Amino acid sequence: MIELNVNGRPQAVDADPATPLLYVLRDHLALNGAKFGCGLGQCGACTVMIDGKAAFSCVTPISALPGRKITTVEGLGTADNPGPLQQAFIDEQAAQCGYCIAGMIMRAQALLEANPSPTDDDIRRHMMPNLCRCGTHMRIVRAVQRAARTMKNVKNGAGVNVTTK
Amino acid sequence: MNSTPSPGLLLSRREFLTTAGALVVGFSLGAVSDLFAQRPQEGAKLPGSLASTPMLDAWIRIGADGTITVCTGKGELGQGIKTALIQIASEELGVQPAAIKPVTADTRTTPDEGYTAGSNSMKDSGTAIQNAAAQVREILIGRAADKLTVSADKLVARDGFVVTDDGRRAAFGELVGDNLTHVRAQPQSKLKDPRTYALVGKPLARVDIPAKVSGGAAYVQDLRLPGMLHARVIRPPSYGARLRDVKVADAETLPGVIKIVRDGNFLAVVAEHEFQAVVAMRALATNASWEMRNRLPDPSDIYGTLRRLPADAIVDLDLNGQAAAPARRLEASYRRPYQMHGAIGPACAIALMKDGTLTVWTHSQGVYPLRKSIAELLHLPEDRIQCVHAEGAGCYGHNGADDAAADAALIARALPDRPVRVQWMREQEHAWEPYGPAMIADVKAALDADGNVVEWTYDVWSNAHSTRPGGAGNLLPAWHLETPFTQPVPKPIPLPEGGGDRNAIPLYKFPNARVVHHFIPSMPVRVSALRALGAYANIFAIESFIDELAAAASVDPVEFRLRHLDDPRARDVIVMAASRFGWANYPAGKGRGRGFAFARYKNLGAYLALAVDIEIDRESGRVKVLRAVAAVDSGQPVNPDGIRNQIEGGIVQSASWTLYEAVSFDTNAITSTDWGSYPIARFADVPGNVDVHVIERPGAPFLGTGEAAQGPTAAALANAIANATGARLRELPLSRTRVKATIGV
Ligand code: FES
Ligand code: FES
Repeated sequence: MIELNVNGRPQAVDADPATPLLYVLRDHLALNGAKFGCGLGQCGACTVMIDGKAAFSCVTPISALPGRKITTVEGLGTADNPGPLQQAFIDEQAAQCGYCIAGMIMRAQALLEANPSPTDDDIRRHMMPNLCRCGTHMRIVRAVQRAARTMKNVKNGAGVNVTTK
Repeated sequence: MNSTPSPGLLLSRREFLTTAGALVVGFSLGAVSDLFAQRPQEGAKLPGSLASTPMLDAWIRIGADGTITVCTGKGELGQGIKTALIQIASEELGVQPAAIKPVTADTRTTPDEGYTAGSNSMKDSGTAIQNAAAQVREILIGRAADKLTVSADKLVARDGFVVTDDGRRAAFGELVGDNLTHVRAQPQSKLKDPRTYALVGKPLARVDIPAKVSGGAAYVQDLRLPGMLHARVIRPPSYGARLRDVKVADAETLPGVIKIVRDGNFLAVVAEHEFQAVVAMRALATNASWEMRNRLPDPSDIYGTLRRLPADAIVDLDLNGQAAAPARRLEASYRRPYQMHGAIGPACAIALMKDGTLTVWTHSQGVYPLRKSIAELLHLPEDRIQCVHAEGAGCYGHNGADDAAADAALIARALPDRPVRVQWMREQEHAWEPYGPAMIADVKAALDADGNVVEWTYDVWSNAHSTRPGGAGNLLPAWHLETPFTQPVPKPIPLPEGGGDRNAIPLYKFPNARVVHHFIPSMPVRVSALRALGAYANIFAIESFIDELAAAASVDPVEFRLRHLDDPRARDVIVMAASRFGWANYPAGKGRGRGFAFARYKNLGAYLALAVDIEIDRESGRVKVLRAVAAVDSGQPVNPDGIRNQIEGGIVQSASWTLYEAVSFDTNAITSTDWGSYPIARFADVPGNVDVHVIERPGAPFLGTGEAAQGPTAAALANAIANATGARLRELPLSRTRVKATIGV
């Protein structure tokens, strides 16, 4: 049994310690957000946050994770009550097939937690590890910018009106 | 530019409307009546897919409780079809979009609409649902007229009720009764006047996106059936390899392993947990010995190989007209390599064999053809098989989806009563998917003394652009069985759709023109339908050569195109794209270039023109796309934001194909086996900005849009590189190495 902390909850997982986190999230914990894309650290479909940093869950064995905080896209909000980044992706309609999107959101979340006011270039540079085959990139960049604005408003106590459309 | 009116002048005759931050151009209503006249309802033929599935309740079902279900035989591929079909149905039924429950491709419950492909979904399914919904509405109104004893013309359908102007109403659910809508569609429908549309033509948020951003069960990959097992297939190391021997003892004893399935060269392993299946797959791969057989041609001479293979010459066009004497002749040859779909999520399927009946959850583009193919593969009657579409990652054509479904079916047969989920590994997806075929286009033309094209000759060499399963022989695992199925000899897709010759006939008015499609049946590399099919390479060749001709005639490329085009809708997108881009006053700079291209997809779908602005880094040869501006005419737009999303994506994807992508192989095997060996565009590579302008044609037939940008983007980039460097690249991809070689750094 390995103890993991996923989205703020302790989880005891019965899996080989060499198992990559991605498989444990999907198969043992029934979380859909992180996706299998390559299993090689080349595409970012499996991106989650570990202690606030974006990480490829497909190449991170669970043996490395006890005591660390794992956040998946499920930890940011739900379809009915989306978090600011999720809402921004909805507002910008930043998805085609959407398969890459949960990974994009997690990498962007890590950026916004470290840098609340990223430039267009900052966003593109930070998002480099994640691939999108549908060509949704420009909308993804716009969604991250939009989320940065709403997150700042919340922080400044300005209140949020996330459904600005 | 000199003699033709500038784009700006032409544009001033149009009115501009701005909706929701998006520029949409409305054409004067004068044109609307003409467009109505073109509606496809004349004669007895039923509109869209009603022709093959004529019963209204196959499309629209209203329950006694008023629930409205809309069925389509098409699948959601990330193109937003669910949302667009909801818009169409709710518009004609007079209900809110949220009142509609969409059901997509399923062999038990929806019409058979073949494949979700060719940008035909709006034309086939959209048209059927629009007409079915209008006819259902009128039937409900007729019933309400009897019930409420008012004349039908005093009634309207609103929010699930038929209402009178004095406030009386009858709910859809109480009107519908038994079988009221179980009637054949009529050829004519009382469609809403497009000028009164409340939903169609307005942006509507896609219904599938909230689940996709929050980890909802959105994909076939996310289905978890009770008792589900996980399988992996151990593929041969190359197309022709034969499994000599495999020692299964190591793998059998690994934790979680339930079963090893072998049938000839087909080898798979099933385990309790997914990663256990991966570990066992690796163990089996290590313990398998394969007999390699040299099956692939020399990659350095692939175009020579293709030219030497036997080909059927199909004459697509032979025009002999009056024209001025030729003053100047040009010729050129263009090449496109094998390119891959490269779905971000590898193929996946789940199958369950229970009581002699097989259910398959699949992201196949054609659940009915897949059912037929699996029936043949397993020797089961079709009525014992159900194929249900569930979303996968974007596919952009025929990729491994059907093959994974066949894998799952074969494994589930060996393990009845347990659902089996199969997902391909990245290297399997890269190495085994059927690629977009390599192509060669030779083009010759003559200009008269005034710089007009008077002769045009076009020869295109290509493999088939569809080897979709219409039988077991096109399913990958079927080739590997002890008693294998062989791949049938493919047939060309005839025009007007076309395969290798899709968009091979230029839309330009050339008095003498000959177009020949050299169809090569034998396939040295596995190929099939990749977004836009042959249109990608043909438009690349035609639109590159048009620029070469314009340069030879010393005419601006936009003006040169307009000179040779009569179709007003073609002219409109060209003028709009040029004007919005600022073509006429483009600031030429060192290393900068502008490029233009146009096509009407399949010569019968959406019209699209675009201009790109690029910068070339002389040191590296890297082409940076600074911006792209496109104008598109998709007929009556249903969801303009959906159209923009598809065109933006198409431009980015095609730019990636065009600048970076070619499948690599050696004489043994495919060597593009991951994103390192087959790089695609990343965030730093995509255009700084893409603007898509949608030209509205109220009431005009829906025109397929999803593939419209692929060809024009390739040519616009080649034209921009020529503009920036003075050198013409005719072989795709327009890679750094090739750009560097032309600028001689
Ligand atoms: S799946 Fe982890 S990086 Fe691709
Ligand atoms: S939206 Fe399809 S891969 Fe990104």
